[in-house]
This record gives sequence, structure tokens and C-alpha cells, in this order.
Amino acid sequence: MSARDAAFDPRRLAALIRKEGRQIVRDPSTFLIAFVLPLILLFLFGYAVSLDTSRTRIALVVEDGSASALGLAAAYRNSPYFEVTTVRAMAPVRALMVDGRARGIVVIPEGFGEGVERGRPPPIQIITDGSQPNTAGFVANYAEGVRQSWALAEGLGPAAAAADPPIALSPRFWFNPGLRSRYFLVPGSIAIVMTMIGTLLTALVVAREWERGTMEAMMATPISMAEFIASKVIPYFLLALASMGLCTAIAVYVFGVPFRGSILALLAIASAFLMPALGLGLFISASTKNQFVASQIALLTAFLPTFLLSGFIFEISSMPLPIRLITYAVPARYLIPSLQTVFLAGDYWGLILPNIATMVGFGFLFFFLSFRATRRSLD
Amino acid sequence: MRRLRAMIVKEIWAVLRDPKSRIVLVLPPLLQLFIFAFATTLDVRNAEVAVLDRSGGAHAVELIQRIEGSPNVAHVRRLGSEAALAEAIDGQTALAALVIPEGFDRDVAAGRPATAGVVLDGRRSNAAQILAGYLQQIAVGYGAELKPQALAAAGASQVTNWYNPDLDYIWFTLPSLIAIIVSVAGLAITSQTVARERELGTFDQLMVSPLRVHEILLGKVVPPLLVGTLNGTIYMIAARLVFGVPFTGSLFLFYPALFVYMLALIGVGMLVSAASQTQQQAFLGSFLATTPLILLSGYASPIDNMPGWLQVVTYADPARYFLVIVQGLFLKAMPASAVFGQLWPLALIACVTLTAAAWLFRARME
Amino acid sequence: MAEPVARAEAILKRFGADAPALDGVSLSVAPGEVTGLVGPDGAGKTTLIRILAGLMSPQAGTVAVLGRPPGDARDSIGYMPQRFGLYEDLTVLENLNLYGELRGLPASERAAAFRRLLEFTDLSRFEARLAGKLSGGMKQKLGLACALVRTPKLLLLDEPGVGVDPISRRELWAMVGDLKAEGIGVLWSTAYLDEAEKCDTVYLLNQGKLLFEGAPGALTARVADRVVSISGFGERRRRFLTEALDSPAILDGTIQGRSVRLLLRPDARFDPPPNARAEPAAPRFEDGFVEMLGGGPKGTSRLAERYRTIPESDAPMIEARGLTRRFGDFTAAKDMHFQVPRGRIFGLLGPNGAGKSTTFKMLCGLLTPTSGTGAVAGHDLRTAAAGARASLGYMAQKFSLYGDLSVRQNLDFFAGAYDLSRAEAARAIEAAVEVLDLEHQLGRNAGSLPLGFKQRLALACAVLHEPPVLFLDEPTSGVDPVMRREFWTHINGLVEKGVTVLVTTHFMDEAEYCDEVTLIYRAVQIATGTPDALKAKAGALAGAEDPTMEDAFIALIEEHDREAGTQREAA
Repeated sequence: MSARDAAFDPRRLAALIRKEGRQIVRDPSTFLIAFVLPLILLFLFGYAVSLDTSRTRIALVVEDGSASALGLAAAYRNSPYFEVTTVRAMAPVRALMVDGRARGIVVIPEGFGEGVERGRPPPIQIITDGSQPNTAGFVANYAEGVRQSWALAEGLGPAAAAADPPIALSPRFWFNPGLRSRYFLVPGSIAIVMTMIGTLLTALVVAREWERGTMEAMMATPISMAEFIASKVIPYFLLALASMGLCTAIAVYVFGVPFRGSILALLAIASAFLMPALGLGLFISASTKNQFVASQIALLTAFLPTFLLSGFIFEISSMPLPIRLITYAVPARYLIPSLQTVFLAGDYWGLILPNIATMVGFGFLFFFLSFRATRRSLD
Repeated sequence: MRRLRAMIVKEIWAVLRDPKSRIVLVLPPLLQLFIFAFATTLDVRNAEVAVLDRSGGAHAVELIQRIEGSPNVAHVRRLGSEAALAEAIDGQTALAALVIPEGFDRDVAAGRPATAGVVLDGRRSNAAQILAGYLQQIAVGYGAELKPQALAAAGASQVTNWYNPDLDYIWFTLPSLIAIIVSVAGLAITSQTVARERELGTFDQLMVSPLRVHEILLGKVVPPLLVGTLNGTIYMIAARLVFGVPFTGSLFLFYPALFVYMLALIGVGMLVSAASQTQQQAFLGSFLATTPLILLSGYASPIDNMPGWLQVVTYADPARYFLVIVQGLFLKAMPASAVFGQLWPLALIACVTLTAAAWLFRARME
Repeated sequence: MAEPVARAEAILKRFGADAPALDGVSLSVAPGEVTGLVGPDGAGKTTLIRILAGLMSPQAGTVAVLGRPPGDARDSIGYMPQRFGLYEDLTVLENLNLYGELRGLPASERAAAFRRLLEFTDLSRFEARLAGKLSGGMKQKLGLACALVRTPKLLLLDEPGVGVDPISRRELWAMVGDLKAEGIGVLWSTAYLDEAEKCDTVYLLNQGKLLFEGAPGALTARVADRVVSISGFGERRRRFLTEALDSPAILDGTIQGRSVRLLLRPDARFDPPPNARAEPAAPRFEDGFVEMLGGGPKGTSRLAERYRTIPESDAPMIEARGLTRRFGDFTAAKDMHFQVPRGRIFGLLGPNGAGKSTTFKMLCGLLTPTSGTGAVAGHDLRTAAAGARASLGYMAQKFSLYGDLSVRQNLDFFAGAYDLSRAEAARAIEAAVEVLDLEHQLGRNAGSLPLGFKQRLALACAVLHEPPVLFLDEPTSGVDPVMRREFWTHINGLVEKGVTVLVTTHFMDEAEYCDEVTLIYRAVQIATGTPDALKAKAGALAGAEDPTMEDAFIALIEEHDREAGTQREAA
């Protein structure tokens, strides 16, 4: 057996990687998944998905003609939180609520002015559209807030100081005092992008070699399976990092997301996550050998879990126990908090390191599985 | 008619007998029903809260106990120092940390307004914000019990939640899921049909038969329509029977609306399909179409929150209209006139997408 | 005899619960020889080659390449899989480079080796072209070059001739001839039986079993003196063939232009009809194969017997008047003119990409002509396309049936698509099922049928509505000769009933069945006429005696190239 038959020959590997690189550059679908799709996702998560309620449309029913009632109505109209449609009676408002043109109704009842005069104003009514629970909660809180500020300004109650509630909390939001959902959605979408490249694209390119018959030709040459796998892992690893870099630049420079950690930590986190992502991609393609089936499986086993079960948008702790248990098997669950930390908080290694370790562990597991599944045989 | 019937029967068999399309048929709907229904909640439950109690008084303890008793909070962990607090938040072992100052109990006892601080993890700003609201409610509620007369003079408000009195999140999720599942079925199945025939080589066979283009297209519309209707029905029944979401509208409005919505989606799916040469491309295409369709529909986040120019774009998203209709029919007893108000733009979109698909189909026949 | 470079002994290979793909097959490849591995699709050729390449392992039997297990001898094996194993988005040179490096070709030798290979394959001009943009013949040459990049001792070629026109095929044989001289042992697998005659040793496989091994001459010798060519009865040759095949004395028969070629049973006598001429013909490898399979089918087609008689008509049933199709500034077919009268078979011949499929597709309405018109059964393609489509039956390469639908569902669909009423459909399907022996297959998925049944089903679907015109696109590529004969028996029967047939093919056998063929090359018709006339013309051009259809094909194309060359020089 000559030296070249050794399991690993760097020259052969270099040749394979060069080939892969050329294919990446020339294949439009690779380009689509690695660069166009990330931009679309980032764009959607940067603009389309926003959990920061800005201006909610409400209807204001003013049943009282007094100066106080009109003053309160004006307070609502001037509020930055609401876009107000003023009506005289309840009847037409129902229609607005039914088709979602209004997400709440504030009713200033008849006799409001009189009540104010007497020092016991009747309660105003706040009706919310419960079909959208989050918006409903927002409407209830902020509509009450507007009323309180108005009451304070009007000097209602015994004394201005006493208008403060007996016990109050003063919240401080660390890392994101402006509460911009974009700050956690945009870094989170980088997880989706890396999943798409690491798992979906890798699964597709290996399955493509099977479909086009080039796998067969490869297997008849003296290359070893370790070389073959390395030749897929290295280019797509670099490609995913490049795409991640692009997304990070856009996140920071276009969407203004702060980046408080170090590039080194970001690279370490991304590299750790790419291990299970690439491993899963290789495993899928080695077991299906068909691009269409591989893409479906990648969608179900990588994309959807990363999207739904990683804490990206939906809080894991709010899920029922069985689903919470499933999330532990989703590598992206360890990526999302690390990414959010490195962007918004900084290099907090106490959180990052255990997550990296877990992701690397999953990586070894998936690589082990795909080595077992990729045999040099057509049987 | 005979030709059309043969085409429809063939298409239905093709969907039912192809193992790949059976996967698309069965797996995503089931997964979505269970995972989406339970996982996609923006509510906060079982949150981890930490407390740094510098006061140690009875009121502080009572406040902590009330927080512990909240269904939205899983555990309350006592902390010993500022450093421990920073670690709990940084390390994400707590979403919120309550800081009760030394003078808290004294202030409460003296009837002075007492304020406690809450540090929240802004990395998860949405959950943090919601949790802050819950904690605030608990604190204000406790305060109001201690001093009921204090606020009366300043007035009050009475909150009523229409349609969903307890603000149960699942009442929002499940009706919306009908819109989502139907779009996945409509786009995924439709986008495969033409591409598959191209790949298998049966496309030419169809084209040389006397089947007209409209017959071929109609034949291809039927299976996704049936599958979508079936999925929609199953979800509707599951929403009522399994999850207890009320259906207050009329089924005679639900099905026509579903039908028009499906047509709009099928038009999109057909466009993707006609443009793709392989099933692989069709898959990527339908993925590229589904993502914005769902994210711009108002399901993932309210349309009102989007920038103005993007809100204009959402008018082209069929899911936007259907989402209003299903939510209306489930919870709001939406009347026919209101349904129609959402239905005509949907019908318009259906006309545009189907016509465009037919045009592209003809153009790409060669 | 030299030590064989590869040897396989009593190989058994089974996939799942099906009948074994290889059942006790033994084979050896000698250095400096071309060993043919011959058989129809599904015979087990690819499986055997993969086993020799070390890509599969047999359940029983031994394999050795240069005395070692094939997995250890990869350095000495050159392997070209069916689809050539090329990376389509790499250029010619990049593909060569890749395989060179993977096979450990030292950098110092690379330039010389590539120059030699590119010259050898005549690809030097295209070294910067993407492999995906090469023609079928060029891809095949590049695939060969990649397999040869480090001169192997054993060269495995899996169906290198598929989808490649006769000229490229001939060039490939010439190249392989050179390799033989270098002492390389070549294993060439093919479904084209005429290629078998060019091999030094032949292994004939059918359904996983070895039917014959030895020099091709040994097989043809068995049928020597039993092959006769009968001519002199003009247009009635189809009816004559039918009658002859029904006779117990005849084992097999095919049409060869104006004459009929018959294979007699041993010791049988056959008297040609009066005023016909009978003369002995050279036996072919295919004759031997058909004999081993137990002879061809009977001559009468029950499908044709039940078919309606197409009314007599003097008008041409298929007509092309100046059909031209351009894609951008590329002309795929230019000014096609021909007419096919009722009850005739017309063939479109030509290398891949020459324009025969474009012409075919324009006539069956799949492509709109850029200029010119055509008509099918009197329906103008431009003004009455639907009528034209209703009056034609279409059967394509690879039998484009719905693989996930059952046989019954396929039949039902095509009956509906062709607008048969419920009663008509029931009758037509019942007849087709009975005549083509499909009743036991009705519930099976069309995709899982054996090849022969697929072909029958495709034919059944194409003729359910008893069309006056049939369009056949490479109808029998890859099927065994008996199935091919069965198919042509039906077609001949239908033609006797007045059906008009348009066929594209690069199977020269099929061309022989045609009444008239037109040879399309570089988008234009370069010759039209009866097969005999074309052969005679080619014979005169090339000075060959008794040329085959393939010889005619090549000679006419070369002649065209020469003329074009002189015109260019003149201009």
C-alpha cells in the first residue's frame, strides 16, 4: 500500500475543496440560499416582525359633553400610543372591532364631568379586542396609563403625591432599555440563516452528488470518506461564517443592533453551532440521497425547530413540559441565548461557554452518526 | 367535462399515492397542530424570577409570596447580593429580578408610596416586558388592598376584554393556525405538481393530449383545494373540541372564505410551480413564498407595528385578509358584510395570481 | 492468454426480496482486449460493473482486480459511470484537474497527460467550456478522459454509448481501440447488440443470468446459414413479415428497408413467395441473442386486429411545410419539409441536438414554430391545434406514464384525457388489457412494472382512442430485442390498418422499419428517402458494399460536413 492510500491526503482534500468552492460560486441555488435568503429573512425580521407596539388603533366613545370629558378625549388623541377614531355612540364601533380596524374602545361615560366635579369620577370603560391577547393587554395598560397621567395633570384626587399607587415597581430593562424587539429578532435570525446553510444547503449538495452520479465516480477514485466529508464541511463552514458576517454587519450597520461582545466570542459561538448544523446536514443527505426528500427533512428537523423551539421568538419557559423537554435536543436552543448575549450584553462567558460545550457535544454526535451513515458503497 | 374529470381524478390519485406528497400532507399539519398550538405563545408562563430583599419586612414578604403564587411565575429565587443579581440576569437564570429597598416596609407602613425596583433581561425584551406588566399588576393590586380609598378620587378604569375574556392565548393561536396550515398545504402541494410532471417527463404527455390548458390547471387546483379544506376542517374541529375555542360565526361564511383564500394561495403555488424546472426548485420557491406570506400576515406580529411602507405591502398578502376572517368567525361572530369586506380583496388577489399562473404556464409550455 | 486484469466468479447479488440482479455470473477481463458486457436494461450490467469497481459487494462469489479485492485496486481502475460522473459546473480542464489530483497524478506529469488526453478526445478547443454545456458525445469523451487520467490497467465503461449518436460512438470505439493497444483491459457494457460484434469477448446477460460467453463470432456462428434476406415485393413487406412470423419455420424476422430479414428455425425450410428474391444474409449477434431468448413474437398483432381501419385518404396525414424554430439567435430546426401519406412510417434521424426532437415537438404541438406550418390528419397546427392533438397518439422515450398511479388508473386517465365516453372507455380499456395481457398487473403501480409491461402500457395508453396518427419518440431504447420486435409487430399491424407513424430514433434498427426517413443534421434536412436509397447513396459515397443504416448515417453526415467545408473555403 503506497503512502497515498493513507486515509487522509491533504492534496486530495485541497483538490476537493477547490472543486466545492467553484461549485458554490457557479451554482445559483447555493448563492440563493447562502446570500439572498439570509437577506430576505433579515429584512423580514428587521422590519416585518416587530413586537414593539407602536400606534394602536382604538375607538373613543365620548358619551359626555363636559369639559373634563373633552379634555380626557384630547389626552387620548395626543397620546403617541394610540391612533384614535372618535365616535358619539357605541353602535358603529362594533363593526370596527369585528374586522380589526380598531383593537380597543375607550368609553368616557355620561356624567363623567359631573363626577369629576363631585370628586368621584365614574370609571371609564376600556374594551379590548381579546382575539389578539398581547395587543389587548397593551391597550388595557396604556389606556389606563393615559387616564392616570391626565388625572395627575388635572390635579384630581386628594393630592398629587397621593395619586401615586401605594406600591409600585420601577422596571429597568438591562441591555435593551428601549425594548426594541429588533434587537433580539435580528441576532436570532442569524441562527436561522446558519441553520439554512449548515443543514439545508449541506444536505442538498451531498444529495446532489448522489443524484447526478458524481458520487459514484468519486467513490471509484482513491479518496477516503474522511476526505470527502471534510471537503463538504470546510467550504460550507466558511460559507456559513461569511454569511453570518454579512448578517452581523447588516444587523449592526443597517438595523442599529448594538454589538457589545467580541468578534472572537461570536466566531466561537457560530463555529460551535455549525458543528451540529453541518453534522445534521451530512447525516440527512447520507441517509436520503435525494435532494427533494433531503430538503423536506431538513425543513422539519432543522428549520422548524430552530424557528419555533429555540427561544428565538417564543419563550421556551412558557411551553408545556413535554415540549420544553424536546427543546433540549435542539442545538439552536443553545445558540440563541449566546447570540443575544454577545450582541446585547457582551462576552459573558459564564453563559456562553456551557452553551458552546453543549453545541460541540451535539456536533460530535451528529458527525459520528453521519460517518456511520456515509459508507463507501452503493448497496 | 370528461377530460376535466379524468384530469381531476388523476391529480387526486397522484397526491394520494405518491409517498412524498403524503409526507407533505400528513406530517406538517400534525406537527403544526401540536407544536404550534403549544409552542407559539407570546404569553409568559413559568418565568424564573429572582428577589433581592433588603427590607425583610412583612409587606416585602407578602409581595414576594404573591409573586410566587402567580401562574405566570415558576419559581422565585432569593438572592444575597448585587453580584448575585447581576449573575442571575447575565446568565439568564432569571428573567426578572425584584429589588426591594431597605425602606420599603417603612414606607408602606407610613402610607408613603413605596417603590421596588425590577431588573429585567432586555435580551428577551418581549417576554421581559410582558412579565413586567404582570409584576406591576401584582404590586398595584397589593397596594390597592392596603389603601383602597387612595385612588378613588383620581378615578379608575374598568377593563373588559371582548371576544376572549380571559385573554387565553390559544384562542388567538388556533384560529390563526387554520390560515397557516392551509397556506402550507396550498403552497407546498401546488408548487410540486407541475414541477413533478416536468421532472418525470409526463408533462409532454399531457401537452400532446387534447386536454386544454385550463383543464390541466383546473385539475391541478382540485387536490390542494381538497387537502386544504380537509386540513382546515380538522383544525376547526380540534380548535373547538380539543382546545375549547368557541366558533361564533357561520360555517356558511367560513367555507366560502376558505375557498377563495385557497384559490389565491394556489395561484401563488402554481406560479412557483410553473417557474420551476425541478421539484427542488419548487421547494425553494415555495419556501421563499411561504415565509413572507406568514410573517407579513399579522400572525407573527401585528401589522400595525410594521413601518408604513411595509404595511402597504401587506395588502398584497392573502393571509392578511383570511386571518381577519378566521379570527372574526371564531371569536367575533363576524357578520356577512364584514366577511365580504375582507373577501373581495382576497378574490382580487386570487384572480391576479391564477391569471398570472395560467399565463406563465402557457409561456413556459415550450 | 495473459493473466486477466479482473475476474469475477459466481457472483450473486440480490436487492431486497426481488429476483437476484446477478445470479451466479462469472466473468474475466483480459488485458489488451475489449470485453463486452451485453444485455438489455435490467440485465444486471451496471450491478456487475459496480461490483468490479468496488462500489458494491456481492452476497456470494469472489471478485479480484489485479489479484486484489477491488477496493484495494482503485489506483488501477478507471471507471466511467453511466452519467459520466462529471461535475457540470466545472470546466473541461477543471474536471480533468480534479480527477488528476484525486488519482494522485504528479503535478509534473499533469500538463503532458492532459495535453495527450485532450488531443486524444479532441476536446482541446473546449478546455474552458463548462462540462454541462458540452454535447452528449463530448461529455462522454470527457468522462472517458477523466477515467483515463492516470492510465489504468482496467477500464470500466458503463453504457458509454447511451444517448450518443453513431458518429460519436464510432469515434469512441476508435479511441478504445488505441487503449487496447496500450494493454489496458476494457470492459464495455452496452444495450446495443451491434456493438457486441466489435468486442473481442462477449458476455451476454439477461435478467441476471449469463446466457453466453465467448467471441461474438461463436454466437453468430450458431445461426449462420439460417438468415435470409427476402426482397422484391415492394410495399407489401409488412404483410409478408406478419405472415412469415406466423409460420412455424420462422424464429425471428425484421424489416430492413425494402427487404425482410428472416431467421429460420434449425432444419426448417422456408419457401419465399413467388416473384420474391431470397438470398442468404450475414448473421448478426442479435440473431443469436433472439434465438437464445427462444425467438421473437408471432407476427399477427391482436392489438391491430381489433383496431379500426383508418379511412383511405389521398391527403398527407402528416405534413411539414417549412417548419422553422429559433431559440433566440439559435436556429434549432430550419425549413423542414416532408409529407407522410396514410399508412406509412416516417423516421426522423439525426445526432443529438441536431433538431429532430425540435421538429418532432413542433409537429405534435409541444413547440410553436417560428415560421412555417404543419398539419396532422388535416388539422393545421396553428389553427386547429386541439383537433391535431385529438387525432394523434403519443408515446415517448422512457414511457412517460404516471409511476405512482396503478395501471388501471393510468388507463382511465388517458381514456378520459382523450375524451372517450364511459362506454367507449370501458370497451377500449378492456380490449387493451386483454390484448396486451395486462390483467394481472391492473392494481400495480405503473412505476414498478417490468420494462416490457411498461412498454405495453405506454402503447395501450397511446392508442386507446384509436388515433389515425402515432408519434413515437425513441420508443424502444434499452429494451431487449424480443420486446422491441413485439412492439414493432404491433406498429406494423397498425400501419397495415392505415395508421400513420412518425418516429424519432437513433436506433438504426428502428430506422429500417421506416418507409422513408429524413436525416437531420445541424438543424437542416441533409437527406430524405427510403432507407435503401440512403444506404445506396452512402454506399456510393463511401465506396462500401452493403452498408448498414449506421454507415449511411455517418457517410451522409461526413459528406455534408465536407460540402460545408468546401463552401466555406469557397466563400
